[in-house]
Amino acid sequence: MAVPVFAPWDDPTQKPLIQFKGVTKRFGDFTAIDNQTLDIYTREFFALLGPSGCGKTTMMRMLAGFEQPTEGQILIGGKDMKGVPPNEREVNMMFQSYALFPHLSVWENIAFGLRRMNQSKDVLEARVEEMLRLTRLTKFAKRKPHQISGGQRQRVALARSLARAPKLLLLDEPLGALDKKLREETQFELMDIQEKTGTTFVIVTHDQEEAMTVASRIAVMDEGRVIQVATPSNIYEAPNSVYVADFIGDVNIIEGAAKRAGDGYDITWAEGVAPLHTRKEEGELIAIPDGGKAYLAIRPEKVAIHTEKPQGMTNAVQGRIIDVAYLGNLSTYHVRLANGTMVRAQTANTRRLALRPFTWEDEVWLSWTDTAAILLAE
Amino acid sequence: MRKFSLVSVPYFWLLILFLVPFLIVLKISLSDTALAIPPYTPTLDLSEGWAGFKAFWSELDFENFVFLTEDALYWKAYLSSLQIAAISTTLALLVGFPIAYGMAQAPDEWRPTLMMLVILPFWTSFLIRVYSWIGILSTEGFLNQFLLWLGVIDAPLIIMNTKIAVYIGIVYTYLPFMILPIYSALEKLDGSLLEAAEDLGCTRTKAFWLITIPLSRPGIIAGCFLVFIPALGEFVIPSLLGGSETLMIGKVLWEEFFNNRDWPVASAVAVVLLAILIIPIILFQRNEQKQREAGK
Amino acid sequence: MRRLSWFNVTSLTLGFAFLYLPMVILVIYSFNASKLVTVWAGFSTKWYGELLQNQAFLDAAWVTLKVGVAASTLATVLGTMAALVLVRAGRFPGRTLFSGMIYAPLVMPEVITGLSLLLLFISLGVDRGVFTIILAHTTFAMCYVSVVVSSRLVTFDQSLEEAALDLGCSPFSAFRLVTLPIIAPAVISGWLLAFTLSLDDLVIASFTAGPSATTLPIKIFSAVRLGVSPEINALCTIMISIVAVGVIGTSLATKRAAQRQKRDEQAAARAAG
Repeated sequence: MAVPVFAPWDDPTQKPLIQFKGVTKRFGDFTAIDNQTLDIYTREFFALLGPSGCGKTTMMRMLAGFEQPTEGQILIGGKDMKGVPPNEREVNMMFQSYALFPHLSVWENIAFGLRRMNQSKDVLEARVEEMLRLTRLTKFAKRKPHQISGGQRQRVALARSLARAPKLLLLDEPLGALDKKLREETQFELMDIQEKTGTTFVIVTHDQEEAMTVASRIAVMDEGRVIQVATPSNIYEAPNSVYVADFIGDVNIIEGAAKRAGDGYDITWAEGVAPLHTRKEEGELIAIPDGGKAYLAIRPEKVAIHTEKPQGMTNAVQGRIIDVAYLGNLSTYHVRLANGTMVRAQTANTRRLALRPFTWEDEVWLSWTDTAAILLAE
Repeated sequence: MRKFSLVSVPYFWLLILFLVPFLIVLKISLSDTALAIPPYTPTLDLSEGWAGFKAFWSELDFENFVFLTEDALYWKAYLSSLQIAAISTTLALLVGFPIAYGMAQAPDEWRPTLMMLVILPFWTSFLIRVYSWIGILSTEGFLNQFLLWLGVIDAPLIIMNTKIAVYIGIVYTYLPFMILPIYSALEKLDGSLLEAAEDLGCTRTKAFWLITIPLSRPGIIAGCFLVFIPALGEFVIPSLLGGSETLMIGKVLWEEFFNNRDWPVASAVAVVLLAILIIPIILFQRNEQKQREAGK
Repeated sequence: MRRLSWFNVTSLTLGFAFLYLPMVILVIYSFNASKLVTVWAGFSTKWYGELLQNQAFLDAAWVTLKVGVAASTLATVLGTMAALVLVRAGRFPGRTLFSGMIYAPLVMPEVITGLSLLLLFISLGVDRGVFTIILAHTTFAMCYVSVVVSSRLVTFDQSLEEAALDLGCSPFSAFRLVTLPIIAPAVISGWLLAFTLSLDDLVIASFTAGPSATTLPIKIFSAVRLGVSPEINALCTIMISIVAVGVIGTSLATKRAAQRQKRDEQAAARAAG
C-alpha cells in the first residue's frame, strides 16, 4: 500500500495557512526582512534556517505579533493579521529562553494560557493533565521551573505553548540550550508530538542538521531574504545557489566558464586540462550563455579517489593529498589540484587503517560521474 | 496610548513638584524683599494679562546676587562650605579606603556580612547618627573622659562646636558612600594582576601603588563625589555639631529663610549653591558614564 | 585567597568600631538611671517609660508613620511607573528632561528641595501640613524607588512578558501576573527605602510641614539642639532596633531563599544527569 506523500505545496488546490505577501521589515535604517513572499501549509513542520542575523527570528516575531511588518501583508488562515495583538492570535510561541514564569509551578505555567480562555475548571484541569502526559511531566507538576532540569524545562515550555491548541506553533531555537545527545532525542519527540497534535509548526534554527531532521520543508535565509524553499532532500541534492549548497552540508565548489556540449555543459576550470562535463538525469539544466561564469557544486561523498588515472570516467582530475581527516567511520581527503583549488573527497572506511592505500603527499586521481555535480549560476 | 498614560503621570508629577518649584526659586531670587505676604515683590498678576506679565518681568533684577557678593558673610560661607566638604572628603577617603581594601581581601564567606555591616548604618536615621556624636565630643563627653582617664590630656579638648566636629560628623555619616564604590572596584580586581606584577619584579607595596590604586581609581573618584556633593549643602551636621562659629551655606540658607524671613536672598543663596554644585555633578556623571562604557 | 594581613584586620576592626561605637554608646546610655547622660548610675528603663508618657513625641511619631506609609506607597507606585518609562518606553519627547528630573533630586541638597517645594505650596495657596509633607516626600522618594526598580528591570527577561502576551494576556494583565510578581523584591525594597527616607527626613519636612504638623525628626532636632537627653537616647534606641531587626531579618531571608534556590537547582541537575 502506497503511503500518500505529504506535499501540499505541490497541490494547487490547497490553501496555505500562512501567507507572507511582499513583507518588508525595517528597524531604522536596517532592513531585517526584504520584500518577502512565502506560503506555509497546514500540518507542515516548516524550518526557517540561516545564520544569526539573517532575519529568521524577525519572521517568527511577526507571525507571533510582536513585530509589525513595515510593508506588505501577513495572512494567517486567510485573515490579514495587521494590528492584531499577540494575545488575540491563534498562534503560540515557544521561546528560545523558554520564558517559564519563575514564580509559578509547572502546572500553573501550563495552565496560564488556558486561564485566559475562560474555560470551566474541569476542562482546564483535564487539558493541563493531558499536556503533562503528552510531555511526560506528570511527576513534576508541582515543581517550580528552577527545580527541574533543562530538558524538563524545554518540555514545560512546549506543553505550555501547545495547551491552547493553537493553529500554529512557533519554536524559536527550541533545542538550542540542550546538549547534543538530548537534542537528538528531543528532535524525534518534537516530530512525534507534531504528528499527534496535528499542529502546524514553524521552527527557527541555525542548526542545519536539526532542520534536515525535523522539517517537511526548509527555507534557507540570508540577509533578510529567503534564498530557497524546498524539502530537505531537495535542499541537499538540488541547491539553487552556491550559498545554499555551502550552508547545507559539505561541498566542493569549482569555478569555471560554461559551454554548451551535447546534453549538458563543459566547464573549463583550468588551463591545459580537459574540461569537466555535467548533465542532469532528468529535466533541464539551468541556462548559461556560452563562456558565462558557472559553478560546479560536488558533495565530497560523491567524489571517488584513485591511485591511477581511472578509465572511462568523464571527470577525472589529478592532485596531491594535503590532509587526511580521519573521522572513524569516514575519512576525508583534502586534495590540492594543479591550479591550487582544494577538493575534498570522502570515503567510507570499510577497510582497516593499515590497508588503505592513500596517505599524505600522495599523487592521486579524483573522479565523479557527470550527473554528480550540480551546475549553479550564482 | 498606554505608553502615554504611563509616561505622563510620573512626568507631570515631577514637572509640578520638582521643576516648577525650582523655577519659582529662580524667579524669587530675582525679586525684591517686601513687608507683605508673600514677603517679596513683584508678584505675577495673571488677571492683567500680557501687560501684567511685562510689568512683572521688568521688575526682576539681579540685586540679590549683587548683595551676596557685597556681604562677606555669604562668600565666606560658600568658601567655608567648599573647604569643609573638601577636607571631609579627603578624610573620608583616608578612613574609607583601608576598610574597603580590607573587605575586598576578606574571605568570600565574610563579604556579604561585611557588606551588610557597612550598609546597616545607612538605613539608620541620619539624625540619630549625628546626634550620637554630641555625647562623645562634648566637653564632658566620653572622648574627653576617656583621654583624661588615660592621662593623655590634662584639660578637656574643645572639639564640639568647631570645624573638627563637623569633619567627624561628615566622615561618619557619609563613610558608607565612600566605602561601597571603592569596595566594588577593588572586588572586581583580578588577583592574578598583582601576582603578574610581582612576577615581573614588583614588591608588594609597589604592586599596590602601580596596580591596585590605578585600577580602583574610578571607585575612588565616585566615592569622593558621593561624599563631596551632599557635604557641600549639608545642614544638619553643622547646625548640631558645628555651633554658631561654623559657617556652611546650607545653614545660612536655613537661617536666612526661617530666622530673617528674607525669601529672595534665601532663593539667591540656593541658586548660587546649585550653580556651584553643577560642576562636581557633571564631573561625577562623566566618571559614571566612562565606567559604564568601559564595562560594555 | 590570600590571608588577611594585620593591616587589613586592624583597618576593618577600627573602621567598624568607628561606625558602630557611637550608636552602641547611645544605646547603652539609654538605659542609664541618671539624668546626666555621660555619668553611668545603674541600669534603668525609666526613660522608655517617660517616653511613652510624652504625648508630644507620640503625636509626632504618629504623624511620621502616617506620612511614611502614605508617601512611600505613593512613591513606590510613581517610582515603578517612572522606572518602566526609563527602561521600556524608548524614545519620547522630553525623555532627557524626564531622566534629568529622576536623577537630579538624588544629588539636590535637601535645603534647596525643601525651599523650592515650600515656595510652590505658598504660591499655590496650599495649606501646609501632613498633606504637603506627603507630597514632598513622595517626590524625592519616587526618584530613589525608580533607581532601585529600574536596575532590576534592566535585567528582567523581556521574553517572559512576551510569553504572557502570547498566551492570551492583555498588556496590563501581563504586567500584573508576570512582571510585577517577579520584580516584587525590588519594588518592596524600593518601598522600604522610601519609607526609611521619609522617616529620616528633617530638612524637607521642616520646610513643608507648617505649624500644624510635626514629625519625629523635627521634634528630635529641636530637642537635641538643647543638648543630649536620655529620653532622646531611648527614642533613638527604639528606632535603631526596628531598623536593625528589619534589615538583618530581610537579608537573612534573602540569603536563605538564595541558598534554597541553589540547592533545588543542583538537585534538579543531579536528577537529570
